[in-house]
Amino acid sequence: MSGTFVGMPAFPEAAHEAVHNATLRGNLRHATHTIRAKRAKAVAEVSDWAALREAGKQIKDHTLRHLDRYLVQLEESVTTAGGTVHWAADADEANRIVADLVKATGETEVVKVKSMATQEIGLNEALLEEGIHAYETDLAELIVQLGKDRPSHILVPAIHRNRGEIRDIFAREMSEWGRPAPEGLTDTPAELAEAARLHLREKFLRAKVGISGANFMVAETGTLVVVESEGNGRMCLTLPETLISVVGIEKIVPTWQDLEVFLQTLPRSSTAERMNPYTSTWTGTTDEDGPQTFHLVLLDNGRTDTLADEVGRQALRCIRCSACLNVCPVYERAGGHAYGSVYPGPIGAILSPQLRGTQSEIDASLPYASSLCGACYEVCPVAIDIPEVLVHLRERVAEGGLTTRDGNKVVLKPAKGHAAERAAMRAARWAFSHPGALRTGQRLASRTRRFHPRTLPGPGRAWSASRDLPAMPAEPFRDWWQRTQGGRKADSK
Amino acid sequence: MSSRGVILGRVRRAIADVRQDDTPYGQAIDRSYLREHGARSVAETVDLLAENLADYRAVVHRTTDDELSELLMRLLAERGTRTVLVPPELPSHWLKAVDATRVHDRAQSTPAELDRVDSVVTACAVAIAETGTIVLDGGPDQGRRRVTLVPDHHICVVHVPDQVVSSVPQALERLDPTRPLTWISGPSATSDIELDRVEGVHGPRTLEVVLVSGQPRAEATS
Repeated sequence: MSGTFVGMPAFPEAAHEAVHNATLRGNLRHATHTIRAKRAKAVAEVSDWAALREAGKQIKDHTLRHLDRYLVQLEESVTTAGGTVHWAADADEANRIVADLVKATGETEVVKVKSMATQEIGLNEALLEEGIHAYETDLAELIVQLGKDRPSHILVPAIHRNRGEIRDIFAREMSEWGRPAPEGLTDTPAELAEAARLHLREKFLRAKVGISGANFMVAETGTLVVVESEGNGRMCLTLPETLISVVGIEKIVPTWQDLEVFLQTLPRSSTAERMNPYTSTWTGTTDEDGPQTFHLVLLDNGRTDTLADEVGRQALRCIRCSACLNVCPVYERAGGHAYGSVYPGPIGAILSPQLRGTQSEIDASLPYASSLCGACYEVCPVAIDIPEVLVHLRERVAEGGLTTRDGNKVVLKPAKGHAAERAAMRAARWAFSHPGALRTGQRLASRTRRFHPRTLPGPGRAWSASRDLPAMPAEPFRDWWQRTQGGRKADSK
Repeated sequence: MSSRGVILGRVRRAIADVRQDDTPYGQAIDRSYLREHGARSVAETVDLLAENLADYRAVVHRTTDDELSELLMRLLAERGTRTVLVPPELPSHWLKAVDATRVHDRAQSTPAELDRVDSVVTACAVAIAETGTIVLDGGPDQGRRRVTLVPDHHICVVHVPDQVVSSVPQALERLDPTRPLTWISGPSATSDIELDRVEGVHGPRTLEVVLVSGQPRAEATS
């Protein structure tokens, strides 16, 4: 397993491999079913869930509609509070800014809080090229980093690993990175957590630079919020002298009051808790408490392109809770790696092709990595209509058309491999606009129905291998309607 | 052009289609969700706090202001605490019965020094009943953020009912966003192994919360 997503095969191939891995399927099934039931219970405790969900959606939509104004306001308030704001148009620029900031401190190692944004831009790899070692401190990220693995879940990147595999990784790899795993380490979760505590302790205590993301940024006050469980976030946010936070521009909320919605919906949606163990908020720097230097790197990296799409922009409401992954029947079977992105599951299937564009094989296949069952939309705490965006992106892949890349309008060509689909749609369009031809065709189909094959020939074979073809009626509907005057006359031939 | 200009320009072009929408912030969001869930008496709210704290494995004690010092002494002694971290303005009578060595919260202490301290005792800014959360705001009776993080044992004293609110919205109203805040709901935990909650990772593995009622009572219960 390599640690990068570059050159990933299309979803069907990657998923095909994954569904034959019995351990992976067992691990995923166990974990997602555990959390599903718990989430439903945590949500049921809150009688106004629907109103909170709607308010969360409205706050995010309002912010996105005025994002330029709120970005400028945030910059002002963070600066006033003692922070420095940087702007990064893409991953390379963000990585360069962070590497330069770390180098300016003279340090060669940093501790990191789990952050989707820094995963997305490949910050650890970029820092390593500059001779800077980044240590992941979230337990699941540590498992992934030590196992030279890739994340497969937004909240629990090592969800594909069971306790036995985690034990083996710790016993084998910890000594390479620092304090070795305790002798005779067993696979009980409490012991594994203890091993991580001991291993990371020395790194926290000597760290001079911390790197984080943020769950929310409050424009009005300049406050950043990190929601976490283990305390590794608090370690990285308070012990180092310098803190660098890399945050997507869509993470803004206008006011302090807005947090009252998300601090209720996020924990219940993600870990199914009334409240997560630790939430840290900080506004710039505080004299003699925590880092005395604070840098905020605002990241675009495809977000403004996503914002330009009238249907697809709702994906930017996402608060990264991962509830949609946990209920998804496709994710449960294919696993996170098949999505070829740090954002797997239903949200990944609409976010990755928008952030990265639909040109690559994997990104063009992601909108199809769904049965459109809609469970993801049901559980989404900010009401992202994921099926709607999936269908919209399928249209973009199959038909091409106008889209935005790096801030420029471009016209995409229809993707290869959808020629049969397009031909079928063209034929349908022609038939429906020629009633005479349609009638002849329908009659012909009805009369020859005894000779129809059970499965489609040629390229349609794969489709009909697991589906029944619709049964052809003995008489076309329109003929029946005319003959019986819409059912008023006795239905006898 | 600077990246700032590039990004702001891209944002403005991206939302050009909704520029006409100038619904002000105050009208754009329907705030008909609840300010608190359910109707409770003050005493019931405090009970709910205790229940939810305990549900996430915090150890909850109840006492009166008069008996607080005795209780703290007992809790620290039971754990065998020899050194206890003390925020600058912790009320002095809280620890008057405690004989563990006081370690003061100072800017120049190193994290490694804090790591050798057994316990920390603090007050809090507010406690949230519905979620079982205590919030620290770095006030002088709570100290710097790191003092409640590095030691393995944290005792937090909550004045009830004054410091208790029902809900998250009520807590945010009371808090000052310009202060560095730490919201704590139970001891440090993780769900990273098979999505099942395990207590005890990097933060204090033992969290004890002492609910102190204002009126002295004849007998403290714990």
